[in-house]
Amino acid sequence: MNALIQEEEVAQVAVQSDQRSPSQKRQNQLIKIISYILLILGGITMVVPFVWMISTSMKTAAEIYQSNFFPIMPTLENYQHVIFNTAFPRWYLNSFIVAVISTVSVVFFDTLIGFVFAKYDFPLKNIFFLLILSTLMIPTEMLLIPWFIMSVDPIIGPSWVDTYWGIAFPGVITAAGAFLMRQFMNGVPDELLDAGRIDGVSEFGLFWRIAVPLTFPAMAALAIFNFLGNWNAYIWPLIVTSDRAMMTLPVGLSFFSSENGADWHLIMTGATLSVLPLMIVFVLFQRQIIKGIALTGVKG
Amino acid sequence: MISLSIRQRQVMWAYIFLFVPMLFFIFIRIMPTLSAFNISLHDWNPLAEEQTFVGLANYQQLWEDLQDSNSVTRKAFVNTFQYVIVGMPLQLVIALGIALLLNEIKRFSTFFRAVYFLPFVTSTVAISWVWRWLYQPQYGFFNVVLSFFGLSQQPFLKHPDQALYSITAVVVWQGLGFAIIIFLAGLKQIPQIYYEAAIIDGATRLQKFRYVTIPLLNTTLVYLAVLQTISFLRMFDYVINMTTQGDGGPLGSTTTVTLRVYREAFSSFDMGYASALTVALFAIILVITIIQLRLFSTID
Amino acid sequence: MKKALFYIVSLFVFGLVLAACQPQTVEVTRVVTETEEVEVTRVVTETVVEEGEEVEVTRVVEVPAESEVITIEYWQYFFDARVDAMNRLIQQFEAENPDVRVIHNSDIPYADFRDKIAASAPANVGPDVATLFYGWIPAWVDAGYLIPLPEEVYTREEIAEQFSPMVLQSELDGEFWAVPTAVRTLALFWNKDLFEAAGLDPEQPPTNLDELVEMAQLLTEYDDAGNILIQGFPVAPPGQAHHWFREVLVRQYGGVPYSEDNRTVLYNSPEGCEAFTYMVQFETELNTGSNDLFEDATQAFLQGKSAIHIDGSFRIGSIATNAPDLNYGVIELPVTNDIQSTFGSYWTHGITRKAAEDPARLDASIRFLKFITTAESGAIWVDKVGELPAQLTAAADEDLLADPILGPFAAGLPYANATFFVDESEQRQVIIDAYDAVRLTDADPCEALNEAAEREQALLDEFWADR
Repeated sequence: MNALIQEEEVAQVAVQSDQRSPSQKRQNQLIKIISYILLILGGITMVVPFVWMISTSMKTAAEIYQSNFFPIMPTLENYQHVIFNTAFPRWYLNSFIVAVISTVSVVFFDTLIGFVFAKYDFPLKNIFFLLILSTLMIPTEMLLIPWFIMSVDPIIGPSWVDTYWGIAFPGVITAAGAFLMRQFMNGVPDELLDAGRIDGVSEFGLFWRIAVPLTFPAMAALAIFNFLGNWNAYIWPLIVTSDRAMMTLPVGLSFFSSENGADWHLIMTGATLSVLPLMIVFVLFQRQIIKGIALTGVKG
Repeated sequence: MISLSIRQRQVMWAYIFLFVPMLFFIFIRIMPTLSAFNISLHDWNPLAEEQTFVGLANYQQLWEDLQDSNSVTRKAFVNTFQYVIVGMPLQLVIALGIALLLNEIKRFSTFFRAVYFLPFVTSTVAISWVWRWLYQPQYGFFNVVLSFFGLSQQPFLKHPDQALYSITAVVVWQGLGFAIIIFLAGLKQIPQIYYEAAIIDGATRLQKFRYVTIPLLNTTLVYLAVLQTISFLRMFDYVINMTTQGDGGPLGSTTTVTLRVYREAFSSFDMGYASALTVALFAIILVITIIQLRLFSTID
Repeated sequence: MKKALFYIVSLFVFGLVLAACQPQTVEVTRVVTETEEVEVTRVVTETVVEEGEEVEVTRVVEVPAESEVITIEYWQYFFDARVDAMNRLIQQFEAENPDVRVIHNSDIPYADFRDKIAASAPANVGPDVATLFYGWIPAWVDAGYLIPLPEEVYTREEIAEQFSPMVLQSELDGEFWAVPTAVRTLALFWNKDLFEAAGLDPEQPPTNLDELVEMAQLLTEYDDAGNILIQGFPVAPPGQAHHWFREVLVRQYGGVPYSEDNRTVLYNSPEGCEAFTYMVQFETELNTGSNDLFEDATQAFLQGKSAIHIDGSFRIGSIATNAPDLNYGVIELPVTNDIQSTFGSYWTHGITRKAAEDPARLDASIRFLKFITTAESGAIWVDKVGELPAQLTAAADEDLLADPILGPFAAGLPYANATFFVDESEQRQVIIDAYDAVRLTDADPCEALNEAAEREQALLDEFWADR
């Protein structure tokens, strides 16, 4: 809402300043044209690699060594090969499962943590808060080795290597998401919760039926970034999977590519396949995604 | 059951809600952090029956390696700093430039924003392979273009003088969209009244930029500088996927601290030394973050 | 006081819930295993060679009760031909040993094989019998991953007597740790079509180092801008050229790569430098190709973009699958000063610590290892993979020596040298870096080689320090 009003104000100011003088008007016009030219050039830089990727994926093995940008006879054979003769479908499934598990868990628990820290008062609250805050300063690189040692030999049972849980466990709750949700939970009016209590709503009911619906947009943003982050996660899945059938898409793509050496048409097909679903999701939800980033400043 | 006061009930529920999250933070975040320090004090090989305590020997080894100009470890640290020094400012300057251009235009601004943001949602592994193909010494897009204009072909990733910059360019390219969105959000928060005042004072565009935009964008700049610095310090995905056999070459010219951690821990199984590297990385991230927060916030 | 009680109660309740969940799942799985039907007979399809023809024989074998069947795991990296060959051997083994079932895990990418197989060890989910490059033996032994080869497989005398001499290189700390099915040597591949196109006799490949220089130059084709279109001879240190340098060129120029006891690097001698200078000149002075072009030298040869290529016998299989139309020949490596040498290496099989934990599994592993390393198994391996049998009786086969493609590799077996590696990938990197320093940063070859020797010596010192 606020942003919308601001945008209108900006527009009004712009209109006013346009009315100032003809020379200034011309100057503004010029700047606008230059802006468009520069933005288009920059935009081309952003898009060319993707076009080149898709174009290569439709070429035959022989054609990748010719200098034509677009394939002369576009073919989908590479896609057929990659989809039916490699483990790509399996990697899709794995990435999807892991991303869904961790996203559901992150959204639920982070929102719950945010709710508790925003709306409850209890002994040791500050200590708990600091404890969670302190984990934000630790780069995950530092935890890889302990996590691995823990995964191969967990005290509670069989190895986590090559399991979905093994891939997902480091990210089932995030401190950053919890703080984000706490900000939004602060905006939930206490009166509503108290009214609910008087009506005999359970504490979990307060969270689930009052707080959650009110913070839904923030939860959606959190869900999207978390999904993106998990879908693209690389270093930990690389460490914790060894079986081809348990790899996630990025890990699988990396192996697929190094194995296929000079078959750039196949590598680009793999790259296109792994990039395409996200691109479609992004094109569909780009307004929400970009607004969410601006809102939360979370890096995927 | 003992009857509880309302407050006691709430306290109990707060603890119940926090039970699982606190287990997570303690066992998956805090204990592994402490464990990383502990591992770094051992000659830790996961295959061995027992781990021998070696005190600070791994740190001593690290210190010696840092002084040996031929050691890979030293190269890794030097390169990592180079990625930060080259990449971070470049990314901020280009992103700010594009954000300002986007602020100048109204039509198609959503479209352009989406185009610049597109690479950010895609996986770094796929992007790395796409650019590896773009950089390919003979048939890669860049070299085809170069020879089209009669210019000599460049080795890019294959030469120690160019490889690091070639990789940096990809990181900047992919992360641009994120920085642009954050800058746009920051620009939007600058009250128009300051610009109005500046115009009344007869300020030129450049002066407005220097005396209004930059100081009022300070928070955003600090935020992004810290964020990007940390992500450059943690560089891994790009390097392992863009260099031959993920070796950080040629001649170790692109290797990074995290890549060394990965190789030492998961190829050589020298987890003690690798943990010492992660502790060093942690210390560097901490110090640089503090310095940047101090430095930037005292500019205005 | 009351407050504290609530916390304890709530913690307790959650503890109970967690504890209650745990055994339940266990019970469920137990039920499943119990209801599993016990297999009594198994249909075995076996391929038997009868009068030169492959015949599939199907028979029903009585299988001991499920509880008596021992399952062992065999791991190797993913490489089509090797996987096929091993599947065949496993099939035969299981037919002869109905009480053993072998799980064949070949799903690990080559690039990660070393890391992954070892990473599985602490989890105790790894192989009982694993394949490994002979150069990794010291590292795996140091890691406590392999057990010494049990006498039941082969005694020292049997290995010395029956196997190619390079297998003796796997002796470490007075024990053998692994034994191979097959071995490989290096030879020179040449593309007959490109020879013809360059006006050379397609049946006259280079036989000595001077001819190699001469022909490589004649065979290289450039465009107007000076870019290489066809490579005469690209040198590939990350491929096989580091072996070619150490075990072939250094010896041919009159030096030795390492001391007799494998503790000292000696290739940084004047002879070694001469050899190194010879090798780098192809790229730095003669400009006959580079491993950076056409992805790498192997790919270039497969695509018909390079005329001469030095590689191992294992490449025959990949040429057959990826470039079946390639018109090429193979010849023993070129000589100089009348010295013949080639590099010998092998993937070998060892028994892991995991197998040794259970006497029944150990026994099954021993039988399996013995089975896959017989002369007969080696012969099957040659057919499928193109590697040479490790057992001398099979390697001396006349048909093999007469084979135009495999013959030159087999001919190299008597004079092949294997390097004693303490850390194969690091020792390879040292040579790659020296080579790159010369070609990319104009370093002096002798100095670069000295630096390489210094780094490698440090690796050797570290290894021998605890022995």
